[in-house]
Amino acid sequence: MVPFAGYAMPIQYEGIIAEHLWTRESAGLFDVSHMGQVLLPLTADAALETLLPGDIKGLGEGVLRYSLLLDAKGGILDDLMVTRRAGDLYLVVNGAVKAADIAHMRAAGLSVDERTDWALLALQGPKAVDALERLVPGVSALRFMRAAGFDWQGHKLWVSRSGYTGEDGFEISVPNAAAEALARALLAQPEVRPIGLGARDSLRLEAGLPLYGHDLDPGTTPVTAGLAFAISKRRKTELGFPGADIIMAQLLNGPPVKRVGLAVEGKLPAREGAEVFVGSTKVGTVTSGGFAPSLNVPIAMAYVDAARAADGTPLEIEVRGKRLAATVVPMPFKPKNYVRAANSEISA
Amino acid sequence: MTTYYTQDHEWLSVDGATATVGITDYAQGQLGDVVFVELPAPGAKLTKGGDAAVVESVKAASDVYAPVSGTVTEGNAALEADPALVNTAAETDGWFFKLTLADAGELSGLMDRTAYDAFIETL
Repeated sequence: MVPFAGYAMPIQYEGIIAEHLWTRESAGLFDVSHMGQVLLPLTADAALETLLPGDIKGLGEGVLRYSLLLDAKGGILDDLMVTRRAGDLYLVVNGAVKAADIAHMRAAGLSVDERTDWALLALQGPKAVDALERLVPGVSALRFMRAAGFDWQGHKLWVSRSGYTGEDGFEISVPNAAAEALARALLAQPEVRPIGLGARDSLRLEAGLPLYGHDLDPGTTPVTAGLAFAISKRRKTELGFPGADIIMAQLLNGPPVKRVGLAVEGKLPAREGAEVFVGSTKVGTVTSGGFAPSLNVPIAMAYVDAARAADGTPLEIEVRGKRLAATVVPMPFKPKNYVRAANSEISA
Repeated sequence: MTTYYTQDHEWLSVDGATATVGITDYAQGQLGDVVFVELPAPGAKLTKGGDAAVVESVKAASDVYAPVSGTVTEGNAALEADPALVNTAAETDGWFFKLTLADAGELSGLMDRTAYDAFIETL
């Protein structure tokens, strides 16, 4: 167990590689209750749009949208999920910055209801649907980035078909009082094992998904981070989001740096903070890196000069004075296995 | 042959002037799945308490310090092909390197198995 964002969190149960592979082939249960769950009134959609570049006014009921809280320079303050529900907007934000996010939203005049009385469980993997459907009939009808309310043993659940592993799966908001019982009921299913923070990190890295505080921070923008899909079409013409001038200029002229995936030769992992070179010239920095259990090779994400960001570009990463050969490769490193709606517009 | 242990969770098995060095089973359990071990080159001169090797697990890189001073004679080539030997056989086939002791007197400050077992009970 380690301290994280004020919570005691497990790094691993049986081992990161075993947990990672189990999630890819069956189903893994993650306690992600450290993440912030907040509600805004439906009437706050226009005000929320002044803080992020997503189309919230046009968001359909029961649909999730991945978005980014931005500062005045277009820097990323957090990445988050926004869902329009019948009576409110439901947001899930990162645990490490949830207090700052809430303060930021309140400073913009939003009425924010933080639901510390709810826990959040993620059930991820190709067999997650089998296990959850057995306990909560009807969830299998949800498609990727869709959500709805369900009942379990008299408790109200809010279930989204979403996650951060690159696999099919669900995120389940459950009242604290029922959270342990639901977790134990899920773990009693033959498909399900508990998964710690270590495998959560290796799974999202393979899926090419950036982690706030590592791959995203106020020094990055939606464009440099490769998350321009989060700038909704309507917002690109209407603008009115923080840093719109800088972000639109980056979209038009290209950003100075880009987040890229790197395949690393050999077996030695390159970690966060390792510098990226072409010859003697530093061209970037690794922001996440490690060993990819499903691919059995080291992989990394880095921000590199835009001129060095094309797929196939050969680079070198310095690790303890040694140069490792690396190549820019498309992400995800491991193809995603989402169960999409027929007309899905979602690219997250 | 006598085996000694350190508070940094290394073991060394001493046969005459030669010691075989590795990390303990307790240490591998704390590190988790090992994916790479960076070993000192033969001929490298190690100083007690100085950097000797680096163990890369899935989650992090961890330094391994030299439990005694000496000159490296051999690294465990088997770890290159199968770094997971550190997890499955930490105190046997998963050894890291062999060295020639510079000062056998340094051994007197190390623990035996009983003392080491008592030490990890306190952690």
